[in-house]
Amino acid sequence: MSVLAAEPRSIRLSAPKWRLRTGRWLSPALLLVLWELGSRTGVIPTRVLAAPSVVAQTLWSMIVSGELASNLAVSLARAAAGLAIGLVVGVALALVAGLSRRGETGVDPLMQLGRTLPSLALTPLFIVWFGIGETPKITLIAVATVFPIYLNLFAGIRGVDAKLIEAARSFGLSGWQLIVHAILPGALPSFLVGLRYALGVAVLVLVVAEQINASAGLGYLINNARDFMRTDVIVVCLLVYATLGLSADLIVRALEARALAWRTSFLKS
Amino acid sequence: MAPPVAVSIRDFTRRFGDTTVLRNLNLEIGQGEFVALLGRSGSGKTTLLRTLAGLDPADREQVVSPSARAIVFQDARLLPWKKVWRNVAIGLPGRDTRARAEAALTEVELSHHLDVWPATLSGGEAQRVALARALVREPALLLLDEPFAAVDALTRLRMHELVLALWRRHAPAVLLVTHDVDEAITLADRVLVLDQGRIAAEERIALPRPREADPQFQAIRSRLLAHLGVTAPGAKETPPAEGALVAFPTGEIVT
Ligand SMILES: Nc1ncnc2c1ncn2[C@@H]1O[C@H](COP(=O)(O)OP(=O)(O)OP(=O)(O)O)[C@@H](O)[C@H]1O
Ligand SMILES: [Mg+2]
Repeated sequence: MSVLAAEPRSIRLSAPKWRLRTGRWLSPALLLVLWELGSRTGVIPTRVLAAPSVVAQTLWSMIVSGELASNLAVSLARAAAGLAIGLVVGVALALVAGLSRRGETGVDPLMQLGRTLPSLALTPLFIVWFGIGETPKITLIAVATVFPIYLNLFAGIRGVDAKLIEAARSFGLSGWQLIVHAILPGALPSFLVGLRYALGVAVLVLVVAEQINASAGLGYLINNARDFMRTDVIVVCLLVYATLGLSADLIVRALEARALAWRTSFLKS
Repeated sequence: MAPPVAVSIRDFTRRFGDTTVLRNLNLEIGQGEFVALLGRSGSGKTTLLRTLAGLDPADREQVVSPSARAIVFQDARLLPWKKVWRNVAIGLPGRDTRARAEAALTEVELSHHLDVWPATLSGGEAQRVALARALVREPALLLLDEPFAAVDALTRLRMHELVLALWRRHAPAVLLVTHDVDEAITLADRVLVLDQGRIAAEERIALPRPREADPQFQAIRSRLLAHLGVTAPGAKETPPAEGALVAFPTGEIVT
């Protein structure tokens, strides 16, 4: 988590192209077959890892019973609440620090200090403060997401081309108009980079936060499954977490394609 | 009676730290007058322009310029996240800004590019958008800072015609900063040379337009080049008179 602020272009994670012809599906498929064979022949005992076919069945039954959906909804609500708080606070602080020198003096040192702390290390403290209900979970996610949002938006605001600002000013923009029409759109690419990090971090922290004595949610499912050595359920939950991470990335991508349509990189495609 | 003035600068001095860029400078520009400003790199042309544009601080006593003024920067400085017409309409007060932007873009022959992103424009097109953005404000003073420096020679000639046509139609006072002596003589009523922080030379151009073929063109050009410290008047792509031999400073003989 040390490089939270990055040059917008440099971290475009390119999605591997899953075209059938390229043969990229071959090795995962092979792994799956070996795994299944291993399970059937007893090389891989079920309490170590359930067979893919069993995982698929479990997934199906969890979908049909509604167990998965209801717990996923709980987890998503936690992540969304934490992220929403992190987003609002991060954006507000970045605006204060980015748009005024005094704001920077007041806010930025605290944030630079705060970001050196791994958010998850706060877990014990939050449990002491907030108990083991929803509050520590949501707070953890909020704290973890504030930093990537703040750092990237702040850097983005400060990085807006001063010449463009000057031009906008010379054509009569000032105050809020200047902020809305010139500064914020210029900072948007960086902000979206921050948002992408924040979504990733939110899923990560969600996984850990849900280990805190949850009575519903994906973490609860995993904890339960652990106690009964249900490796099939654990794998299903892992798959769901992976899907969450992937969807988060897709969402930001879609946002970028819409909001940054003016950029040459998007114009070319 | 003297014609009414658009710009008046009296005893204006501008310093950056220890270096004095403009020193007790005096300048008047009449309403509707087209003035070109020449000067070596670093002589303070942009500084003077920025002062008139109100981008740099200046004493209101010393620097008087109309409030209706608009600037075209050397780099077009379009906001990349706004469509072309919105760039032109930026900061425009009142209603029907789109119609006004459209009219201005039509004047610079870009009515077909209203809704494209600036990143897709060529350099010359971007510069024309910047010109439209300045014109749409109906400025009494139009400030141009080397607006054609980055475009190719052919486009530059077309831009010259465009600027002259727009100037005739809207009659703003114009201050054009340029490195190109020929451009200055071709376009302006008056050419100034900025040196050592003040107006070191001034040349009134009374020739009828178009001027390139005028026999006096070369004489004016030589004089201005001399003020700029260039002593070989024929050194730059001078079309020699029919059959004449022109001696270049290097000793080369060219027919
Ligand atoms: N903001 C600034 N801070 C410090 N020095 C500056 C600043 N702006 C301009 N100068 C100095 O003032 C001098 C004149 O600069 P200016 O940009 O006006 O030159 P110019 O005539 O436009 O040159 P060019 O033809 O290369 O554009 C230069 O020596 C430059 O270094
Ligand atoms: Mg300059």
